[in-house]
Amino acid sequence: MKKFNILILLVIALSLFSVGTVAAQGGTDEISDDEVNAIASQLFCPVCENTPLDVCETQACKQWRELIRLKLSEGSTEAEIKEYFVANYGARVLSEPPREGFSLLVYFVPPAIILAGLIILFRAFKQWQVDDEDETDASVTEASPISASETGDPKDDYLARFEEELRKRD
Amino acid sequence: MTENTPENTAPKRGMPLWVQITVWTVLIALLVVVFMGLQRAKEGNVQAGAETGEFDFTMPLFEGYEYEGAQEISLTELRGKIVVLNFWASWCVTCKDEAVELEEAWRLYQPGGEVVFVGVDYVDTEPEARGYLETYDITYPNGPDMATQISQAFRIQGVPETYFLDRNGVVQHVQLGPFRSTEQILNIVDSLLAE
Repeated sequence: MKKFNILILLVIALSLFSVGTVAAQGGTDEISDDEVNAIASQLFCPVCENTPLDVCETQACKQWRELIRLKLSEGSTEAEIKEYFVANYGARVLSEPPREGFSLLVYFVPPAIILAGLIILFRAFKQWQVDDEDETDASVTEASPISASETGDPKDDYLARFEEELRKRD
Repeated sequence: MTENTPENTAPKRGMPLWVQITVWTVLIALLVVVFMGLQRAKEGNVQAGAETGEFDFTMPLFEGYEYEGAQEISLTELRGKIVVLNFWASWCVTCKDEAVELEEAWRLYQPGGEVVFVGVDYVDTEPEARGYLETYDITYPNGPDMATQISQAFRIQGVPETYFLDRNGVVQHVQLGPFRSTEQILNIVDSLLAE
């Protein structure tokens, strides 16, 4: 029985050590830079515009990366951390704007403009092609001997009649 | 005189009217949005003489701070008092240059109850902000600018920036950058108190 009690105490002592180890693993040191940057790359520095948080070297950005590390060590998920940043600094810190409200325009307006541009270009090219064909037809018509009445030119009509009169006199 | 050329007689194939109207409407709307954005960017920060009634705010205060027993502070509540609204951040080096002066001035006016200093912490991290407040022993109400709503309303261009509001909530003086001395703050506040 005594041996059994000693064994129980030993198990409890060992389990305490293991809890201690787990608690130590929960520190911010255990969160790697890659884990922090995976989230930081999805956020923008609101002080220096258009700079992703993972590559920004300002003091503010360093503090924000440390905050991400702290939140991760506390067990926050990626979505929770991003929510926290939006609540504190506004939706403009997100590299990908939320798909709701006014931000939705970001997803629809540029593709619509590109599509409209492509349609206009397509129509313009088609029109130029038609114009080129018309010009080619016109040059062919000029080269071929057709009567004045066909061309509708009054000057040609006069020449044709003049030539006809000359032929009659001969 | 119009000649009966093939160009004139060929039937014109254009976009349907509704497409043209839609395209023009979208283009004009986009131009208006871009124009408004540029105008706003050109405006700069809020200038002296501006009414703050249109951009009232309620700011939560950091733990350990309160204003008249509440954990938040509202601009409308402060009507009738001179308000010194200071934008700062723990990562801002020049903010540290004026931290002592602001606190010194606040301690002079606090007993009178006619002047309120409010610190607005701009895009900062809470642990560092708390550290900053502790380091400089700042006692006037301070809180985070949630979603940068207050700084956007005042269109601040950076930190530190300080806005002096009179009893009617009208901006009377704007200080861009840090104060050089406590006297500088006292002179501005005294001139507003004398009005």
